[in-house]
Amino acid sequence: RSEAPIPDPFWASLSSSSMAATSSAPSLVDTLFQRSLDDLIRSLRSSSSSSVLEAAAITRALDEIRREIRSPDLDTKAVALQKLTYLASLHHLDMSWAAFHALELLPSPSLPHPRVAYLAASLSFHPSSTDLLPLATHQLRKHLAPSPANTPALVAPALHVLALASSADLACHLAPDLLPILSGQSSNPLRPKAIATALRALAVCPDAAPVLFKPLVDCLSLSSEPSAVSAAVSAFCELALAAPDPSPYLPLAPEFYRLLVDSRNNWVLIKVLKIFARLAPLERRLAVRILDPVCQLLRRSPAKSVVFECIRTVLSSLSDHDSAVRLAVDKIKEFLASDDDLNLRYLGLQALAMLGPAYLWAVEESREVVIRSLNDTDTNIRHQALCLIMGMLRESNVVEICNLLFKYAMKSDPDFANEILDAVLATCGRNVYELIVDFDWYVSLLGEMARNPHCAKGDEIERQLVDIGLRVRDARPELVRVARDLLIDPALLGNPFLCRVLSAAAWVSGEYVESSRNLLELVETLLQPRTNLLSLLVRAVYIQAVFKVVTFSFISFIKQIQAFDTKSSADRNSAFENENDVATADKAVIFDSIDNNETIKHESLSHLLDFVETTVGPLSECDNVEIQERARNVLGLIHIIRETQYWDIVAEHELTRDKKISEIVELMEAAFSEELGPVSTNAQKRVTVPEDLILNENLSDLAEVLGDIDVTPCTSISFSLRCHHPTETKEDSAPVIEPSSLLAEHRKRHGLYYLPTEKDEVESNDYPLANEPLLAVSHVDDAKDIVKLTAQSFIPRKAKPTKPRPVVIRLDEGDGDSSSGLTMVKEFKDDLLSGAIRNVLLGNESKPSSSCDMSSDRTSRRGENDASNNNDLFSQPKESNALDGREHRKSSSRKSRHHTRHKEKNGSLGNEDIEETSHRHSTRSSRHQGRHKHRERGDAPPDVVSQEPVIQDFLL
Amino acid sequence: MIHFVILISRQGKVRLTKWYSPYQQKERSTVIRELSGLILSRGPKLCNFVEWKGYKVVYRRYASLYFCMCIDPDDNELEILEIIHHFVEILDRYFGSVCELDLIFNFHKAYYILDEILIAGELQESSKKAVARLIAAQDSLVETAKEEAGSISNMISQAI
Repeated sequence: RSEAPIPDPFWASLSSSSMAATSSAPSLVDTLFQRSLDDLIRSLRSSSSSSVLEAAAITRALDEIRREIRSPDLDTKAVALQKLTYLASLHHLDMSWAAFHALELLPSPSLPHPRVAYLAASLSFHPSSTDLLPLATHQLRKHLAPSPANTPALVAPALHVLALASSADLACHLAPDLLPILSGQSSNPLRPKAIATALRALAVCPDAAPVLFKPLVDCLSLSSEPSAVSAAVSAFCELALAAPDPSPYLPLAPEFYRLLVDSRNNWVLIKVLKIFARLAPLERRLAVRILDPVCQLLRRSPAKSVVFECIRTVLSSLSDHDSAVRLAVDKIKEFLASDDDLNLRYLGLQALAMLGPAYLWAVEESREVVIRSLNDTDTNIRHQALCLIMGMLRESNVVEICNLLFKYAMKSDPDFANEILDAVLATCGRNVYELIVDFDWYVSLLGEMARNPHCAKGDEIERQLVDIGLRVRDARPELVRVARDLLIDPALLGNPFLCRVLSAAAWVSGEYVESSRNLLELVETLLQPRTNLLSLLVRAVYIQAVFKVVTFSFISFIKQIQAFDTKSSADRNSAFENENDVATADKAVIFDSIDNNETIKHESLSHLLDFVETTVGPLSECDNVEIQERARNVLGLIHIIRETQYWDIVAEHELTRDKKISEIVELMEAAFSEELGPVSTNAQKRVTVPEDLILNENLSDLAEVLGDIDVTPCTSISFSLRCHHPTETKEDSAPVIEPSSLLAEHRKRHGLYYLPTEKDEVESNDYPLANEPLLAVSHVDDAKDIVKLTAQSFIPRKAKPTKPRPVVIRLDEGDGDSSSGLTMVKEFKDDLLSGAIRNVLLGNESKPSSSCDMSSDRTSRRGENDASNNNDLFSQPKESNALDGREHRKSSSRKSRHHTRHKEKNGSLGNEDIEETSHRHSTRSSRHQGRHKHRERGDAPPDVVSQEPVIQDFLL
Repeated sequence: MIHFVILISRQGKVRLTKWYSPYQQKERSTVIRELSGLILSRGPKLCNFVEWKGYKVVYRRYASLYFCMCIDPDDNELEILEIIHHFVEILDRYFGSVCELDLIFNFHKAYYILDEILIAGELQESSKKAVARLIAAQDSLVETAKEEAGSISNMISQAI
């Protein structure tokens, strides 16, 4: 074999120079004995038994390919490239190094060569990483030109590469070359491909719109081939969905309407429905107009995909029309009822989830199915069902549904059980427990959740247990009971997930010890031997709880004696007698006698102290300082109590006369009497800045040190004493020093992590009022007109709850921020996501690669110029004027055609023309706004807005 | 739009990948690893949709091969299932009861067929006959071109 002739001297010189530079030029042997693609695949398959062998085979093949691909013989090169493509696409090898070799094959006159090259390019090229493709501009243009030599077999792959890998520059340069195919013969099989390529070109390079948009619109016309219409509709669907404001596409509505009514092609119908879902909210009359055809489709179409798209369109864009929604809901029920098809059930659930809160009745109606879906084998369906159920949750049914879900969680697999627990915790905790009326129930539910064998949500349960303790005074007795049950169970101690829950339980029972019914039992529980399984920090919490219990029992003992003092001495003496008897009895009996309901006896207190001393004693030698410190605190307290002069005196009444004891009591009471409260999320702002502290200076230093480190928000609750002094509240309103520009900038960038600014005024430090059940009220409003429809309504039940909702401490609006902050984070993520999707559609313009930056700069600069400049780039001004004129005539004739058709269809709409024109005016003015906005955001990446003005010029 | 198409065998071997959105080589590998873990582990009688990183992946198993397509969340899942079926039917018609080996040894042809059905992530030809006709025309063109090239190079080599 000899070298095939290379027609283009440019390529020849390039390839020969690249050859000269390489050290190991391919020999003739390589060419003669080259392995074919089949050989390579066979050798890979024979070595696929072990990954080591396979890797070796791939490396060997790659070495071969590296040699062969430099061959001057194009056949050898093509085979090498084909092999490389195979390895790259199926074995994830990087083939960007071979991009140039692929381009070398493009000019070959032999059809298979450029085809192989285009395939390799379309699979490996990447608009942001391939800077070589512009080198092929000329060749692509040659292949796209209408000539008998350019068969579809050659042009199709070229279009494909252009669609997948072209940068903005390339798209702009080659856009005019697409025109002959786009607006040429309608039977051209390449036309649909050219349409899709034009769509990508538009997405990548909005400046190409003046050239490409008009032919795209023409493809929608009646005379086009079905495949061209289908491709064009897909293209417009993509454009309309990606556009932040789809109003520029409104003038095309008549075309789409025709397709919606006439087309029998399901693919086209789905796309048209999608377009209308986007356009209908913009224009009320359009929504009314498409209502009928959409409902027809919904009723008649045999294709489930079309029916589902209709449902989606109705629910998202026509939800004002009750009859349509009714119909859609009926169809959803059909979907849900299809037992054999999981896909339909999943989509049915998804459609239900799309229904807004105004259509809760629809969800309620399918409640049975939804709840049954929780048991489904498919995790997706279970997840959807769970989301729906959480959406159904109201004040009235929260108990019922949560109990039900809890039962499901016990039965289901660990992952889903935790998903359920997570959902219940999140929904019930939302906005400071706005759904919860019966806190006793909720607290015991929290306790049961912790006992779920799969529970891994200890952190959130811990947070809520403590939080409810702080906020809901009425729930404390039940909370202490739940905490006791958790603490007393030795089986729970070994579970690492529950560590945090137990820590919360210990804290609760220490802090609210006055609600505890059996102090000694509590102390025993807190000091049981198995607590050594806990982490050290949690043990420290346990010991601190013991400290509080000891303090409490001592104080109440003293107080009780003081109260006793007023009673007769006879009483006291008899009490003595009893106590002496008890002292001889065994320990357990004494322990049982210590009960909060009964009086605390001197003897039993002494036993309590003994017990604590013996168990805590060894801990004072503990390695961990936290434990050691707290243990010593406890021991110190006991020591002080013992030290009091008359501790050993039998006569209790003399104790009270000891000054020291009353001092201790006062001191300890003072230490623990202040109630801990929740801390407002805005609390930080109330700290007044000292006058000598200059915030700006310090921060500018900090900025250098910290760089871009994000300040993560602290979500854990910190305890601090609540201040109720009115003077301090006054101080709150003192002006806070304005943050520096640096700070402001940081706030702008990381606004998420800052406290909201505008809530300064609403803050108040008074004891908060009961939480207004705002949501329920609004719900009643929403549901007023559908009350008739919902038989098993929850509203009447809500009117008379079994017991009044206890006071929930809510410091201020900012308090709810803990939950709304979470949703904000979520929205932020979603935004990024949609941004990413948009980037994908727009060809990755905002990616921080140098070539893209350049192009985006350029386009935005150009966007600032006059619109006529845009046309200069593509054609001579005269031509473009002529083109414009033609457009105007054409589009106006089209307009009138549509209007006459409208009249034929609907004679009663006589003023349609006027309305139509006025709405055109409105779109035009909105376009001006759009352009103005675009100018303002000078350096913003170009989005579809920038292309819209140009599009309009052709349509109006 | 369709962001990518992946064909994975039941053993997790990749048989075809086509990316309509820009993914770097590294991202491609991670996507394939994640998705094959997600999809291959799913039981036989479950629904054909998987939610994945804010996208939806529609998959369907034919014999030992999973055909997966990743779409936007507001795309129509049932439509994509139909596209997958459409693709499989065309492959079947072209190769004559297609099997995995056909795709392994004719991977470029599988790509050319896919390119006739989808371009830039959009369905472009919904007629099976038309696709078959186009592919056949391309094949014959390529064959004749190969023959010609063979004869020309023979001539030149003889001349030399």
